[in-house]
Amino acid sequence: MKVVVDMSKCQHYGQCCFEAEDVFQLDDDGKLVHAAEADESRRSDVESAADVCPMQAITIE
Amino acid sequence: MSVAIVGGGLGALRTAESLVTAGYTGEVTVISDENFFPYNRPPLSKEALKGGIETEALEFKRKTSVDNVNWILGDRASQVSLANKSLTLASGGTLDFEGLAIATGIRPRRLSVEGPTLGRHTLRTIDDAKSLRSTLQNSKTLLVVGAGFIGCEVAATARLLGLSVTVVAIDEQPMVRPLGLDLASELRRRHEAKGVQFHLGVGIEAFTGEEVATGVRLSDGSELYADVIVEAIGSVPNTEWLSGNDLELSDGVLVDESMQVVGTDVPAVAVGDIARYPHRLFDDIPRRIEHWNLPTETGRRAGKTLAARLCGQEVLIEPVNFIPTFWSDQYEYNIQSFGMPGIADRQELAFGNWENELVVEYFRGDDLVGVVGIDSVPQLVPYRSRLMKRA
Repeated sequence: MKVVVDMSKCQHYGQCCFEAEDVFQLDDDGKLVHAAEADESRRSDVESAADVCPMQAITIE
Repeated sequence: MSVAIVGGGLGALRTAESLVTAGYTGEVTVISDENFFPYNRPPLSKEALKGGIETEALEFKRKTSVDNVNWILGDRASQVSLANKSLTLASGGTLDFEGLAIATGIRPRRLSVEGPTLGRHTLRTIDDAKSLRSTLQNSKTLLVVGAGFIGCEVAATARLLGLSVTVVAIDEQPMVRPLGLDLASELRRRHEAKGVQFHLGVGIEAFTGEEVATGVRLSDGSELYADVIVEAIGSVPNTEWLSGNDLELSDGVLVDESMQVVGTDVPAVAVGDIARYPHRLFDDIPRRIEHWNLPTETGRRAGKTLAARLCGQEVLIEPVNFIPTFWSDQYEYNIQSFGMPGIADRQELAFGNWENELVVEYFRGDDLVGVVGIDSVPQLVPYRSRLMKRA
Protein backbone atom coordinates (compact mmCIF):
# COMPACT_ATOMS: atom_id res chain seq x y z
CA MET A 1 0.00 0.00 0.00
CA LYS A 2 0.99 3.60 -0.64
CA VAL A 3 1.61 5.90 2.32
CA VAL A 4 1.00 9.59 1.60
CA VAL A 5 1.69 12.43 4.02
CA ASP A 6 0.44 15.90 3.18
CA MET A 7 3.59 17.81 4.12
CA SER A 8 1.73 21.13 3.94
CA LYS A 9 -0.28 19.89 6.96
CA CYS A 10 2.37 17.85 8.83
CA GLN A 11 3.67 19.63 11.94
CA HIS A 12 6.17 16.88 12.86
CA TYR A 13 4.45 15.85 16.08
CA GLY A 14 5.83 12.35 15.61
CA GLN A 15 2.72 10.58 16.90
CA CYS A 16 2.84 8.36 13.81
CA CYS A 17 6.38 7.27 14.70
CA PHE A 18 5.04 5.74 17.89
CA GLU A 19 2.51 3.66 15.98
CA ALA A 20 4.71 2.43 13.12
CA GLU A 21 8.37 3.18 13.79
CA ASP A 22 9.50 1.25 10.71
CA VAL A 23 7.39 3.41 8.39
CA PHE A 24 7.60 6.86 10.00
CA GLN A 25 10.71 8.40 11.51
CA LEU A 26 11.96 11.80 12.55
CA ASP A 27 15.32 12.89 11.23
CA ASP A 28 17.98 14.62 13.31
CA ASP A 29 16.23 17.96 12.83
CA GLY A 30 12.95 16.53 14.05
CA LYS A 31 11.40 16.51 10.56
CA LEU A 32 9.21 13.64 9.47
CA VAL A 33 10.51 11.15 6.93
CA HIS A 34 8.42 8.17 5.85
CA ALA A 35 8.37 5.20 3.53
CA ALA A 36 6.38 5.78 0.36
CA GLU A 37 5.26 2.15 0.34
CA ALA A 38 4.54 -0.19 3.24
CA ASP A 39 3.93 -3.90 3.19
CA GLU A 40 0.29 -4.99 3.46
CA SER A 41 1.19 -6.76 6.73
CA ARG A 42 1.78 -3.32 8.28
CA ARG A 43 -1.69 -2.00 7.40
CA SER A 44 -3.10 -2.05 10.92
CA ASP A 45 -0.23 -0.04 12.42
CA VAL A 46 -0.11 2.40 9.50
CA GLU A 47 -3.86 2.94 9.83
CA SER A 48 -3.31 3.61 13.53
CA ALA A 49 -0.64 6.14 12.63
CA ALA A 50 -3.09 7.89 10.29
CA ASP A 51 -5.82 7.82 12.94
CA VAL A 52 -3.73 9.47 15.65
CA CYS A 53 -2.08 12.12 13.48
CA PRO A 54 -2.95 15.43 15.19
CA MET A 55 -3.07 17.18 11.81
CA GLN A 56 -4.83 14.27 10.04
CA ALA A 57 -2.18 14.53 7.34
CA ILE A 58 -1.68 10.82 6.56
CA THR A 59 -3.59 8.89 3.92
CA ILE A 60 -3.23 5.30 2.78
CA GLU A 61 -3.88 4.46 -0.87
CA MET B 1 -29.96 -5.65 14.37
CA SER B 2 -29.15 -2.10 15.35
CA VAL B 3 -26.56 -0.15 17.28
CA ALA B 4 -27.11 3.36 18.60
CA ILE B 5 -24.00 5.44 19.14
CA VAL B 6 -24.91 8.42 21.29
CA GLY B 7 -22.52 11.32 20.82
CA GLY B 8 -20.83 12.38 17.60
CA GLY B 9 -17.17 13.05 18.29
CA LEU B 10 -14.00 11.14 17.52
CA GLY B 11 -14.87 8.28 19.92
CA ALA B 12 -18.19 7.75 18.14
CA LEU B 13 -16.48 7.70 14.74
CA ARG B 14 -13.84 5.17 15.79
CA THR B 15 -16.46 2.96 17.43
CA ALA B 16 -18.51 2.92 14.23
CA GLU B 17 -15.47 2.08 12.11
CA SER B 18 -14.39 -0.68 14.45
CA LEU B 19 -17.87 -2.24 14.68
CA VAL B 20 -18.04 -2.61 10.91
CA THR B 21 -14.43 -3.75 10.55
CA ALA B 22 -15.06 -6.40 13.22
CA GLY B 23 -17.80 -7.90 11.07
CA TYR B 24 -20.98 -6.35 12.40
CA THR B 25 -23.39 -5.94 9.47
CA GLY B 26 -26.49 -4.46 11.13
CA GLU B 27 -27.65 -0.87 11.26
CA VAL B 28 -25.57 1.81 12.97
CA THR B 29 -27.05 5.17 13.97
CA VAL B 30 -25.01 8.01 15.41
CA ILE B 31 -26.88 10.72 17.31
CA SER B 32 -24.96 13.96 17.77
CA ASP B 33 -26.19 17.17 19.35
CA GLU B 34 -23.83 19.12 17.11
CA ASN B 35 -24.61 19.97 13.50
CA PHE B 36 -21.28 18.67 12.23
CA PHE B 37 -19.80 15.30 11.39
CA PRO B 38 -17.05 14.21 13.81
CA TYR B 39 -14.27 16.79 13.77
CA ASN B 40 -10.88 17.50 15.22
CA ARG B 41 -11.22 19.61 18.37
CA PRO B 42 -7.60 20.45 19.28
CA PRO B 43 -7.22 23.18 16.62
CA LEU B 44 -10.19 25.07 18.12
CA SER B 45 -7.99 26.61 20.81
CA LYS B 46 -4.96 26.99 18.56
CA GLU B 47 -4.58 27.45 14.80
CA ALA B 48 -8.31 27.59 14.01
CA LEU B 49 -8.97 30.13 16.75
CA LYS B 50 -6.14 32.23 15.38
CA GLY B 51 -6.50 31.75 11.64
CA GLY B 52 -10.15 30.91 11.02
CA ILE B 53 -12.55 28.04 11.55
CA GLU B 54 -13.27 26.01 8.44
CA THR B 55 -15.62 23.20 9.32
CA GLU B 56 -14.75 21.02 6.35
CA ALA B 57 -11.05 21.18 7.12
CA LEU B 58 -11.71 20.17 10.72
CA GLU B 59 -13.96 17.18 9.93
CA PHE B 60 -12.27 13.78 10.08
CA LYS B 61 -12.06 11.74 6.90
CA ARG B 62 -14.93 9.29 7.01
CA LYS B 63 -13.66 5.88 5.91
CA THR B 64 -15.65 3.64 3.58
CA SER B 65 -16.40 1.44 6.60
CA VAL B 66 -18.86 4.08 7.84
CA ASP B 67 -20.57 4.66 4.48
CA ASN B 68 -23.79 3.02 5.72
CA VAL B 69 -23.97 4.75 9.09
CA ASN B 70 -27.10 6.85 9.71
CA TRP B 71 -26.12 10.23 11.08
CA ILE B 72 -28.70 12.08 13.14
CA LEU B 73 -27.18 15.52 13.68
CA GLY B 74 -28.55 18.32 15.82
CA ASP B 75 -30.45 16.01 18.15
CA ARG B 76 -29.58 14.26 21.39
CA ALA B 77 -30.72 11.45 23.64
CA SER B 78 -32.56 12.93 26.58
CA GLN B 79 -33.03 9.56 28.29
CA VAL B 80 -32.21 5.90 27.83
CA SER B 81 -33.85 2.80 29.22
CA LEU B 82 -31.40 -0.06 29.15
CA ALA B 83 -34.16 -2.45 30.29
CA ASN B 84 -36.27 -1.54 27.24
CA LYS B 85 -33.26 -0.91 24.98
CA SER B 86 -34.78 2.36 23.92
CA LEU B 87 -33.62 5.95 23.59
CA THR B 88 -35.80 9.01 23.94
CA LEU B 89 -34.62 11.83 21.71
CA ALA B 90 -34.82 15.50 22.60
CA SER B 91 -36.74 16.06 19.34
CA GLY B 92 -39.48 13.80 20.69
CA GLY B 93 -38.86 10.53 18.86
CA THR B 94 -37.61 7.24 20.21
CA LEU B 95 -34.98 4.89 18.89
CA ASP B 96 -34.72 1.21 19.82
CA PHE B 97 -31.38 -0.56 19.78
CA GLU B 98 -29.82 -3.89 20.49
CA GLY B 99 -26.38 -2.45 21.22
CA LEU B 100 -25.51 0.94 22.70
CA ALA B 101 -22.30 2.96 22.56
CA ILE B 102 -22.03 5.85 25.00
CA ALA B 103 -19.90 8.61 23.48
CA THR B 104 -21.43 11.81 24.81
CA GLY B 105 -18.12 13.08 26.13
CA ILE B 106 -17.84 16.13 28.31
CA ARG B 107 -18.87 19.76 28.45
CA PRO B 108 -17.07 22.70 30.02
CA ARG B 109 -17.60 23.06 33.74
CA ARG B 110 -19.09 26.41 34.80
CA LEU B 111 -18.37 28.33 37.97
CA SER B 112 -21.41 28.62 40.19
CA VAL B 113 -20.75 32.04 41.65
CA GLU B 114 -22.74 35.26 41.72
CA GLY B 115 -23.00 37.56 38.76
CA PRO B 116 -24.13 37.57 35.14
CA THR B 117 -23.99 34.36 33.11
CA LEU B 118 -23.93 36.17 29.76
CA GLY B 119 -20.59 37.11 28.24
CA ARG B 120 -18.70 34.13 29.65
CA HIS B 121 -17.23 32.12 26.80
CA THR B 122 -16.35 28.46 27.01
CA LEU B 123 -14.51 26.42 24.39
CA ARG B 124 -15.46 22.90 23.37
CA THR B 125 -17.29 23.01 20.05
CA ILE B 126 -16.97 24.61 16.61
CA ASP B 127 -19.81 26.96 17.55
CA ASP B 128 -17.99 27.97 20.75
CA ALA B 129 -14.81 28.64 18.78
CA LYS B 130 -16.59 30.70 16.13
CA SER B 131 -18.23 32.85 18.76
CA LEU B 132 -15.00 33.31 20.71
CA ARG B 133 -13.00 34.07 17.58
CA SER B 134 -15.34 36.78 16.39
CA THR B 135 -15.37 38.35 19.86
CA LEU B 136 -11.56 38.25 20.16
CA GLN B 137 -11.25 39.98 16.80
CA ASN B 138 -13.11 42.99 18.16
CA SER B 139 -11.48 43.15 21.58
CA LYS B 140 -8.34 44.40 23.24
CA THR B 141 -8.28 42.60 26.57
CA LEU B 142 -8.94 38.99 27.55
CA LEU B 143 -9.44 37.46 30.97
CA VAL B 144 -9.04 33.69 31.16
CA VAL B 145 -10.43 31.93 34.20
CA GLY B 146 -8.55 28.64 34.61
CA ALA B 147 -4.98 27.68 33.76
CA GLY B 148 -5.33 24.18 32.33
CA PHE B 149 -4.84 23.13 28.71
CA ILE B 150 -7.62 25.23 27.24
CA GLY B 151 -6.90 28.25 29.42
CA CYS B 152 -3.20 28.28 28.53
CA GLU B 153 -3.79 27.65 24.84
CA VAL B 154 -6.43 30.36 24.56
CA ALA B 155 -4.14 32.77 26.44
CA ALA B 156 -1.29 32.04 24.01
CA THR B 157 -3.51 32.34 20.93
CA ALA B 158 -4.97 35.62 22.15
CA ARG B 159 -1.48 37.03 22.71
CA LEU B 160 -0.61 36.05 19.14
CA LEU B 161 -3.74 37.92 18.04
CA GLY B 162 -2.47 40.98 19.89
CA LEU B 163 -4.78 41.04 22.90
CA SER B 164 -3.65 41.89 26.37
CA VAL B 165 -4.18 38.71 28.44
CA THR B 166 -4.70 37.98 32.14
CA VAL B 167 -5.07 34.46 33.55
CA VAL B 168 -6.73 33.83 36.92
CA ALA B 169 -6.68 30.39 38.52
CA ILE B 170 -6.94 28.66 41.84
CA ASP B 171 -3.95 26.52 40.83
CA GLU B 172 -0.45 27.30 41.98
CA GLN B 173 1.00 27.22 38.44
CA PRO B 174 -0.42 26.83 34.91
CA MET B 175 -1.04 23.20 33.85
CA VAL B 176 0.38 22.07 37.17
CA ARG B 177 -1.61 18.84 37.29
CA PRO B 178 -0.33 17.33 34.03
CA LEU B 179 3.15 18.91 34.21
CA GLY B 180 4.12 19.00 37.90
CA LEU B 181 5.45 22.09 39.69
CA ASP B 182 8.89 22.49 38.07
CA LEU B 183 7.78 22.35 34.46
CA ALA B 184 4.59 24.27 35.21
CA SER B 185 6.68 27.10 36.71
CA GLU B 186 8.78 27.13 33.57
CA LEU B 187 5.65 27.27 31.43
CA ARG B 188 4.50 30.25 33.45
CA ARG B 189 7.84 31.96 32.85
CA ARG B 190 7.41 31.48 29.09
CA HIS B 191 3.86 32.90 29.19
CA GLU B 192 5.02 35.88 31.24
CA ALA B 193 7.85 36.50 28.78
CA LYS B 194 5.14 36.76 26.12
CA GLY B 195 3.26 39.30 28.21
CA VAL B 196 0.59 37.23 29.99
CA GLN B 197 -0.27 38.36 33.53
CA PHE B 198 -1.11 35.68 36.09
CA HIS B 199 -3.17 35.78 39.28
CA LEU B 200 -2.64 32.30 40.70
CA GLY B 201 -3.72 30.56 43.88
CA VAL B 202 -6.76 32.76 43.98
CA GLY B 203 -10.47 31.96 43.69
CA ILE B 204 -13.28 33.76 41.88
CA GLU B 205 -15.88 35.20 44.19
CA ALA B 206 -18.19 36.65 41.55
CA PHE B 207 -18.49 37.77 37.97
CA THR B 208 -19.08 41.49 37.77
CA GLY B 209 -21.05 43.56 35.28
CA GLU B 210 -24.71 44.36 34.69
CA GLU B 211 -26.36 42.07 32.12
CA VAL B 212 -23.10 40.83 30.67
CA ALA B 213 -20.00 39.79 32.62
CA THR B 214 -17.23 42.34 32.23
CA GLY B 215 -14.92 41.22 35.01
CA VAL B 216 -14.38 39.17 38.14
CA ARG B 217 -14.02 39.80 41.85
CA LEU B 218 -11.31 37.63 43.36
CA SER B 219 -11.18 35.95 46.76
CA ASP B 220 -8.51 38.47 47.82
CA GLY B 221 -11.01 41.26 47.19
CA SER B 222 -9.38 42.66 44.06
CA GLU B 223 -11.28 43.14 40.81
CA LEU B 224 -10.23 42.56 37.21
CA TYR B 225 -11.93 43.73 34.01
CA ALA B 226 -11.69 42.65 30.39
CA ASP B 227 -13.45 42.94 27.03
CA VAL B 228 -13.70 39.14 26.79
CA ILE B 229 -13.95 36.47 29.50
CA VAL B 230 -13.21 32.80 28.88
CA GLU B 231 -14.12 30.22 31.49
CA ALA B 232 -11.85 27.19 31.22
CA ILE B 233 -12.01 25.42 34.56
CA GLY B 234 -12.30 21.82 33.46
CA SER B 235 -15.12 19.61 32.35
CA VAL B 236 -18.22 17.70 33.37
CA PRO B 237 -19.09 14.31 31.81
CA ASN B 238 -22.41 14.30 29.95
CA THR B 239 -24.06 11.44 31.85
CA GLU B 240 -27.44 12.93 32.80
CA TRP B 241 -29.29 11.01 30.07
CA LEU B 242 -28.05 7.72 31.55
CA SER B 243 -29.58 8.22 34.98
CA GLY B 244 -32.18 5.77 36.28
CA ASN B 245 -30.35 2.68 34.96
CA ASP B 246 -28.38 1.82 38.12
CA LEU B 247 -25.02 2.58 36.53
CA GLU B 248 -21.87 3.84 38.28
CA LEU B 249 -21.88 7.47 37.10
CA SER B 250 -19.91 9.25 39.83
CA ASP B 251 -17.27 10.34 37.30
CA GLY B 252 -18.18 9.43 33.76
CA VAL B 253 -19.21 5.84 33.05
CA LEU B 254 -17.39 2.94 34.69
CA VAL B 255 -16.40 0.33 32.10
CA ASP B 256 -14.27 -2.80 32.11
CA GLU B 257 -11.19 -3.23 29.96
CA SER B 258 -13.24 -4.29 26.95
CA MET B 259 -15.15 -0.98 27.37
CA GLN B 260 -18.35 -2.81 28.41
CA VAL B 261 -20.44 -0.75 30.79
CA VAL B 262 -20.26 -2.16 34.31
CA GLY B 263 -23.60 -2.88 35.96
CA THR B 264 -25.73 -4.00 33.01
CA ASP B 265 -26.13 -7.15 30.91
CA VAL B 266 -27.31 -5.14 27.91
CA PRO B 267 -24.64 -4.91 25.19
CA ALA B 268 -23.40 -1.42 26.04
CA VAL B 269 -19.98 0.21 25.80
CA ALA B 270 -18.60 3.64 26.63
CA VAL B 271 -15.71 5.39 24.89
CA GLY B 272 -13.58 8.50 24.89
CA ASP B 273 -13.64 11.28 27.48
CA ILE B 274 -16.62 9.81 29.33
CA ALA B 275 -15.21 6.29 29.87
CA ARG B 276 -13.53 5.45 33.19
CA TYR B 277 -11.38 2.34 33.31
CA PRO B 278 -8.12 1.05 34.80
CA HIS B 279 -4.98 1.88 32.83
CA ARG B 280 -3.16 -1.36 33.64
CA LEU B 281 0.25 -0.16 32.51
CA PHE B 282 0.15 2.14 35.52
CA ASP B 283 -2.21 0.77 38.19
CA ASP B 284 -5.65 -0.67 38.86
CA ILE B 285 -7.44 2.58 39.64
CA PRO B 286 -10.19 3.34 37.12
CA ARG B 287 -9.52 6.78 35.63
CA ARG B 288 -11.22 9.02 33.13
CA ILE B 289 -8.53 10.67 31.00
CA GLU B 290 -9.33 13.32 28.39
CA HIS B 291 -6.29 12.87 26.16
CA TRP B 292 -6.19 12.94 22.39
CA ASN B 293 -5.46 9.32 21.52
CA LEU B 294 -7.91 7.69 23.91
CA PRO B 295 -11.16 8.13 21.92
CA THR B 296 -9.39 6.27 19.11
CA GLU B 297 -8.03 3.53 21.38
CA THR B 298 -11.23 3.03 23.36
CA GLY B 299 -13.43 3.32 20.26
CA ARG B 300 -11.51 0.58 18.50
CA ARG B 301 -11.79 -1.70 21.48
CA ALA B 302 -15.45 -0.89 22.10
CA GLY B 303 -16.43 -1.56 18.48
CA LYS B 304 -14.89 -5.04 18.65
CA THR B 305 -16.58 -5.74 21.97
CA LEU B 306 -19.99 -4.65 20.75
CA ALA B 307 -19.63 -6.62 17.50
CA ALA B 308 -18.72 -9.75 19.47
CA ARG B 309 -21.64 -9.31 21.86
CA LEU B 310 -24.14 -8.80 19.05
CA CYS B 311 -22.77 -11.67 16.97
CA GLY B 312 -22.95 -14.04 19.94
CA GLN B 313 -19.18 -14.39 20.24
CA GLU B 314 -17.08 -14.34 23.36
CA VAL B 315 -15.69 -10.92 24.30
CA LEU B 316 -11.93 -10.94 24.69
CA ILE B 317 -10.92 -8.93 27.73
CA GLU B 318 -7.35 -7.80 27.22
CA PRO B 319 -5.53 -5.56 29.70
CA VAL B 320 -5.62 -1.91 28.67
CA ASN B 321 -2.22 -1.04 27.21
CA PHE B 322 -2.88 2.46 25.91
CA ILE B 323 -0.28 5.08 26.65
CA PRO B 324 -2.19 8.33 27.13
CA THR B 325 -0.70 11.10 25.03
CA PHE B 326 -1.37 14.79 24.62
CA TRP B 327 0.22 17.72 22.94
CA SER B 328 -0.26 21.43 23.40
CA ASP B 329 0.95 24.25 21.21
CA GLN B 330 1.53 27.57 22.94
CA TYR B 331 3.34 30.29 20.99
CA GLU B 332 6.23 28.58 19.18
CA TYR B 333 6.48 25.87 21.83
CA ASN B 334 5.33 22.33 21.17
CA ILE B 335 4.63 20.42 24.38
CA GLN B 336 4.09 16.67 24.13
CA SER B 337 3.43 14.10 26.80
CA PHE B 338 3.32 10.32 26.96
CA GLY B 339 2.19 8.25 29.89
CA MET B 340 0.69 9.64 33.09
CA PRO B 341 2.94 12.38 34.48
CA GLY B 342 0.02 13.48 36.66
CA ILE B 343 0.40 10.45 38.96
CA ALA B 344 4.15 10.98 39.52
CA ASP B 345 5.68 12.09 42.80
CA ARG B 346 9.00 13.20 41.35
CA GLN B 347 10.32 14.71 38.10
CA GLU B 348 13.77 14.91 36.60
CA LEU B 349 15.18 16.88 33.71
CA ALA B 350 16.50 14.22 31.31
CA PHE B 351 17.46 16.30 28.26
CA GLY B 352 18.12 19.93 27.39
CA ASN B 353 17.65 22.70 29.93
CA TRP B 354 14.67 24.33 31.57
CA GLU B 355 14.76 27.49 29.44
CA ASN B 356 14.88 25.80 26.02
CA GLU B 357 14.22 22.40 24.50
CA LEU B 358 13.78 19.82 27.20
CA VAL B 359 12.57 16.39 28.22
CA VAL B 360 11.31 15.78 31.75
CA GLU B 361 10.90 12.26 33.12
CA TYR B 362 8.20 11.59 35.72
CA PHE B 363 8.57 8.91 38.40
CA ARG B 364 6.34 7.34 40.99
CA GLY B 365 8.87 5.88 43.35
CA ASP B 366 11.49 4.43 41.03
CA ASP B 367 8.95 3.78 38.35
CA LEU B 368 8.94 5.84 35.13
CA VAL B 369 5.27 6.71 34.61
CA GLY B 370 5.46 9.53 32.08
CA VAL B 371 7.52 11.90 30.02
CA VAL B 372 6.97 15.43 28.75
CA GLY B 373 9.02 17.21 26.13
CA ILE B 374 9.11 20.74 24.82
CA ASP B 375 10.33 20.94 21.21
CA SER B 376 11.99 17.55 21.64
CA VAL B 377 9.96 15.05 19.65
CA PRO B 378 12.93 12.97 18.42
CA GLN B 379 14.10 12.52 22.01
CA LEU B 380 10.60 11.40 23.06
CA VAL B 381 10.18 8.61 20.53
CA PRO B 382 12.26 5.96 22.40
CA TYR B 383 10.12 6.39 25.51
CA ARG B 384 7.18 4.58 23.98
CA SER B 385 8.85 1.19 24.22
CA ARG B 386 10.09 2.01 27.72
CA LEU B 387 6.58 2.84 28.86
CA MET B 388 5.10 -0.18 27.06
CA LYS B 389 7.56 -2.48 28.83
CA ARG B 390 5.73 -1.69 32.01
CA ALA B 391 3.16 -4.31 30.96
